[in-house]
Amino acid sequence: MNAQMHPQDGYTTADGRNIGPVLMEMRNITLRFGGVKAITDISFDIREGEIRAIIGPNGAGKSSMLNVISGFYVPQDGEVWYKGQKRPPMKPFQVARLGIARTFQNIALFEGMTVLDNVMTGRLNHMKSGLIAQAIWKGRAEAEEVANREVVEKVIDFLEIQAIRKTPVARLPYGLKKRVELARALAAEPSLLLLDEPMAGMNVEEKEDMSRFILDVNDEFGTTICLIEHDMGVVMDLSDRVVVMDYGKKIGDGTPDEVRSNQAVIDAYLGVAHD
Amino acid sequence: MPETLLYAIEVMTNGLMAGVLYALVALGFVLIYKASGIFNYAQGVMALFSALTLVGIMDGQVPFAHLINAVFGTDLHHFGWTLPALLSIILTMGVMVLLAWAVQRFIFRHLVNQEPIILFMATIGLAYFMEGFGDMMWGSDIKKLDVGLPQGMNSWIDETTFNALGYGFFIDNLDIVAAVVATVLVGVLVAFSQYTKQGRAMRAVADDHQAALSVGISLNFIWIMVWSVAGFVALVAGVMWGAKSGVQFSLSLIALKALPVLMLGGFTSIPGAIVGGLIIGVGEKLFEFFVGPMIGGATENWFAYVLALIFLVFRPQGLFGEKIIERV
Ligand SMILES: Nc1ncnc2c1ncn2[C@@H]1O[C@H](COP(=O)(O)OP(=O)(O)OP(=O)(O)O)[C@@H](O)[C@H]1O
Ligand SMILES: [Mg+2]
Repeated sequence: MNAQMHPQDGYTTADGRNIGPVLMEMRNITLRFGGVKAITDISFDIREGEIRAIIGPNGAGKSSMLNVISGFYVPQDGEVWYKGQKRPPMKPFQVARLGIARTFQNIALFEGMTVLDNVMTGRLNHMKSGLIAQAIWKGRAEAEEVANREVVEKVIDFLEIQAIRKTPVARLPYGLKKRVELARALAAEPSLLLLDEPMAGMNVEEKEDMSRFILDVNDEFGTTICLIEHDMGVVMDLSDRVVVMDYGKKIGDGTPDEVRSNQAVIDAYLGVAHD
Repeated sequence: MPETLLYAIEVMTNGLMAGVLYALVALGFVLIYKASGIFNYAQGVMALFSALTLVGIMDGQVPFAHLINAVFGTDLHHFGWTLPALLSIILTMGVMVLLAWAVQRFIFRHLVNQEPIILFMATIGLAYFMEGFGDMMWGSDIKKLDVGLPQGMNSWIDETTFNALGYGFFIDNLDIVAAVVATVLVGVLVAFSQYTKQGRAMRAVADDHQAALSVGISLNFIWIMVWSVAGFVALVAGVMWGAKSGVQFSLSLIALKALPVLMLGGFTSIPGAIVGGLIIGVGEKLFEFFVGPMIGGATENWFAYVLALIFLVFRPQGLFGEKIIERV
């Protein structure tokens, strides 16, 4: 596979998974905060069924890029293409309704709700009935509720959080919160899943669990995933292709092996103290 | 039973009924505060405005008649029809939804991410704007609101208690209706927030804006909805209060009565608003009854605030508010 690959083509990964055509494409994105250039003229694509990683040192602009994709930040320049169409400027909630779900680097859960209620909110986009309809056709609303409940229970089983379904999120330890946030994103049955440092702050065992979940999600539901991660080892194990950012610029893009042998990437990582 | 105890029970019951109204106004505050972090000083004026609008619509008053007459030299005041109460209430609700939209569109949409104090100031401006606007729209004279609610002493309670205890309790029918309506309203609100899509979204927004956005909730839509619901609560409070003591501008001052209720109940707790309202209603009446005569009366003006102050010192987060634990 290489950079000249046609947008409509796919490729087969080393472990034999079939990757489809381009799902999302960022074209020449530039994002500034006052004088700070968080992203400078970056282009890359994400293909259907792929696990795509964005890596780079602290402050490289990785979260900013994810925020541009999910509509939280509006770039000064560049285009966002999704499913073959140029996406007009959108609010985050509109992006979510396109089937793009995400988690946050610093966890954004509904702390006052139970795990189950949190995951249920992931289904809000799939609830069709209007307020009046819910009052009049109680039966239809109930059927919808049952169907949504099924998806939620499936996700809860999948991520092995049955034991804490009724626990208020505020009481959970950090590692489990990260998992609940993933559950909420999965409940939306997204076509693109964005994960901002899903393993940050976890111990080794928790990291292994999370890696397994990410691989399983991709494998079982065919979900396209774009994730940010600091830990090079984890990235190399998980991802099909990697974008490397440094000081807001793209300094590498390719398979883990290609990226690892890229001199600019090696320099960036050697030049910066890392945990 | 001794006479004083019977009096006290009667006073308490009446206090409970007054408390229901405080609770309703406080509820409107809590709804908006939870969902948007805005302390809506205009909640009381909203009650006044809704009551004015209701009377105006029922009586077939021409809105902005004064202004129209001044500009065009006409002499309009009434359309010459009256509308049934239920229809008028529905139309008034429509006006309140429109108001909610306008408040969001022209004020708070421009103040997203501003400091709470700035949002608060905006609601003070809004309160006085609405007071003037209501005045301009419907005139400033005191109006009688009669939506057909039963009024006067409930003779059944009077007779029953007289036969059983030898002392007839004076309980106003209107108070009973207010209590029933408020209870139903709270029940409907709870069902709405627990079991509907919009209710769930509302709770989500109240909890975390960023997370709410990420699951596809439009904050703007929820805020308009919350202001509409608060408008509805204000309308109910306005109708009850207006039926009791006429629709006049002092109605907007009940907002000030809701303040101690909130201090007691916590700014973010719906049960807190209800229990707080009842405690203040009862406490205020009992205090006036027992202690009032000893210190020259008129304790109802300040009792609620002093109670809330004392409470604040010992439990700043309110009755049901979450405990504030300082991180070190
Ligand atoms: N909302 C914002 N306002 C102002 N500056 C911002 C904002 N968000 C990000 N920045 C700046 O943009 C640059 C890139 O930040 P970003 O959070 O995208 O980096 P990152 O690669 O995710 O870093 P980390 O690994 O620490 O999470 C930084 O200089 C940061 O200070
Ligand atoms: Mg980041």
